[in-house]
Amino acid sequence: MNTGIDVPQIQRFGALYIASARLRSMSKWRTIIAAVDIGNPLFYLIAVGIGIGVLVEQGSGTSGTSGIKYIAFIAPALLANTAITGIMDETVFPTIEGFKWRKLFFAQNATPITGRQIALGVYLAALCRAIFSVSVYYLLLLAFNVVDFGVSVLIIPIAILGGAAFGAVILYFAAKIEKDDQFFNILGRLILMPMFLFSGTFFPLTSMPIYLQPIGWVSPLWHATELGREAAFDYGIGNTLVLIHLVVLLTLVVVGLNLSMRQFERRLAK
Amino acid sequence: MSKPLISVRGLTKKFGDFTAVDGIDFDVAKGESFGLLGPNGAGKSTTMRILAATSTRTSGTVEILDKDPELFGPLVRAHLGVVPQQDNLDNELTVSENLFIYGRYFGLSKKFIKNKIEELLEFAQLEEKRDVKVEALSGGMKRRLTIARGLVSEPDILLLDEPTTGLDPQARHILWDRLFRLKEQGVTLVLTTHFMDEAEQLCDRLVVMDKGAIMAEGSPAGLIKQYSSKEVLEVRFGSDRNKEVAPQLATMCERMETLPDRLLMYTEDGEALLEKITHAGMHATTSLVRRSSLEDVFLRLTGRTLIE
Amino acid sequence: MRTAVEIAVSRKSSAMYAGRPHVLLERGWLAFRSSTWIPVVTGFLEPVLFLLAFGYGMGTLIGDVTTGTTTMDYTLFIAPGLLANSAMNGAIYDSTWNVFWKLNESKLYKTMLSTPLGPLDIALGEITWALIRGLVYSLGFLTVVTALGLTPSFWAILAIPAASLVAFGFASFGMAITSFFKTYQQMGFINFVLLPMTLFSGSLYPISVYPDWLERIIMALPLWHGIEMVRAFWFGNISSGVLVHIAYFLVMIATGLFVTSRRLRALFLR
Repeated sequence: MNTGIDVPQIQRFGALYIASARLRSMSKWRTIIAAVDIGNPLFYLIAVGIGIGVLVEQGSGTSGTSGIKYIAFIAPALLANTAITGIMDETVFPTIEGFKWRKLFFAQNATPITGRQIALGVYLAALCRAIFSVSVYYLLLLAFNVVDFGVSVLIIPIAILGGAAFGAVILYFAAKIEKDDQFFNILGRLILMPMFLFSGTFFPLTSMPIYLQPIGWVSPLWHATELGREAAFDYGIGNTLVLIHLVVLLTLVVVGLNLSMRQFERRLAK
Repeated sequence: MSKPLISVRGLTKKFGDFTAVDGIDFDVAKGESFGLLGPNGAGKSTTMRILAATSTRTSGTVEILDKDPELFGPLVRAHLGVVPQQDNLDNELTVSENLFIYGRYFGLSKKFIKNKIEELLEFAQLEEKRDVKVEALSGGMKRRLTIARGLVSEPDILLLDEPTTGLDPQARHILWDRLFRLKEQGVTLVLTTHFMDEAEQLCDRLVVMDKGAIMAEGSPAGLIKQYSSKEVLEVRFGSDRNKEVAPQLATMCERMETLPDRLLMYTEDGEALLEKITHAGMHATTSLVRRSSLEDVFLRLTGRTLIE
Repeated sequence: MRTAVEIAVSRKSSAMYAGRPHVLLERGWLAFRSSTWIPVVTGFLEPVLFLLAFGYGMGTLIGDVTTGTTTMDYTLFIAPGLLANSAMNGAIYDSTWNVFWKLNESKLYKTMLSTPLGPLDIALGEITWALIRGLVYSLGFLTVVTALGLTPSFWAILAIPAASLVAFGFASFGMAITSFFKTYQQMGFINFVLLPMTLFSGSLYPISVYPDWLERIIMALPLWHGIEMVRAFWFGNISSGVLVHIAYFLVMIATGLFVTSRRLRALFLR
């Protein structure tokens, strides 16, 4: 029987099929995505960067922020947070929808596409959103004169890496969720919000009491923020720390993604 | 005859250019079980919503217990128990909490409702489910609870919109039995349905509605007698041959309806007619003799079947 | 024992109001009793986290804040603003998403309106419920702030009725807006408006850092009035300006109630 289905082709590129399907459905929401991903960090940048920036200047000047202007100090953090929230939206919702609400994954899995490919496809599509949002946001930072064009462009891949690390882990948890009624509440208010507030986003992690600092250590946002500051400004954290931050983020990506792919496969086979 | 509980004259409801209800008249007497029979889109639900005092009319008059529902909405609603087409139970609450809070919406005292709940749980055969969240109930249980909920205020009139739509046959029969008990207790029932068997089972009197208008009115038996023959012979000759043999068959009975898949022949004696056909050398692939039903009445009146 | 009809007659129920908004509170309590505590706990935690992050973290960068003629510690400065914020959040949560659900998905209001209840009963009852939620958050926050020794004097207790007024205003207005929304995308719009308002309304820094024109826009927003009102009671700086804030909220409450009950009637009694 020749139906024109090229099974080896699907085995090679299945994840890309899934990713392109995801991107198509994402494009229906493009206005909202653009508004949220660009608008929210911009509001933070203007409100906190300028508003609190004035207070910081009157207070400690730039002595508390390693000599970096306050608005510039928070910019790499906001950039990384944009990547994180964007990737989270595009992994958590489609995954819960795919397994629970509309059970789309089970339909996709009925073709030669595997569970691992579905997980990877969802993940790749989510990264695409972050690439778009972070790039546009970087241009805005240039326009606002917050960063200088040059090596600072590295904060784009760094922010995406931060998002990718968080996304790989959260993808695994989203694939495990059976009861979703309180998941979003917990995720938003007990994970995302504390991470946003306590990852050295608005002030150096070290200015917090030592017992609150571990929140930063485990947070991809902190690692990405520190790396971003090092790339964009004369932050001076040293090569060892740069390496540590990179290793932590890459480890999260590899471990998270592997766990996720295995979990997708298992749940679809159940 | 005493004054009717519900009196409707020239009732019309338009949505923009579309006329959903087109000048209908009917009365419902106390203790009567009254039905609105018709296909989807006939205007039954719109009529029900106007009776329930939750929708305004374009023209005509409506009186429920001598009150215009449009002017005395809350008072009229205090007389009514409403069972909508889609169960709209409170999913966040348990079975007994649903009954309790619904009674509270009417302003009834907690003590009164507490006693009433026992009676209603028994009526709805849900005693064992009293502390279960309604989400966990089956379709038939939800329907029974919705009806019980409508009874918590001891209404003068119970309005039921498509009470058994979406239920499996067993759940339907349980529900009919419950409604029959209400009828025996003298509760006035007004119901809409597009199931002729339901209308025959439950209604003392009904109107047949189509495209917003009333086509006929009477008791189920009376309507059948008036608009149909005693028996119907249903014959199939295969989808292509049906049309071929139709003209010849039409001459052999009082009246005939040609449906896409079969022919309905109206007669006083179905078996005799079938014999006659066979005798004439025509051999039906399948045949069935049955008694006339409201379905046939509707077909006669509108040229269409109830469920399309 | 009186029948439903006798009750309806004695109450002289009008088309809009049966005089029974309290049954909605009974319903709210029944539903709440069996639901989880997670949303309540997380809703309460949010301003506390903000206080810790901005107060302690930013405090080291900023030091003292001067508004008008008074200078105070930064943490002390933001506490009342966050109180107003938490009152708003508590009230908004119930009056937008929960109301949206009951309007469009569970059709609860439609059911209620098939009984002798009127639209104003529903509007008043639901808004009061949201107000209570906002009040509980405020009390919780006040307790934390007091435990941290950040309450200036015993009179800060007066900020609680002020915060209730804020909750009432936002609950009323939030429900009115929600009654026009039909899709989840439209609901997302609420969050999109709330974030900049929260950031710009001066809970984290005095709005005097902004140019005049922006300051004037902010001063037209309800949250700014809420924050200023709570702040005035908190510090005991009560002047005639407070009357303006109070009037602002009274108008907001009245408008919200009026619009909501009219909308419910248009939606379900036509």
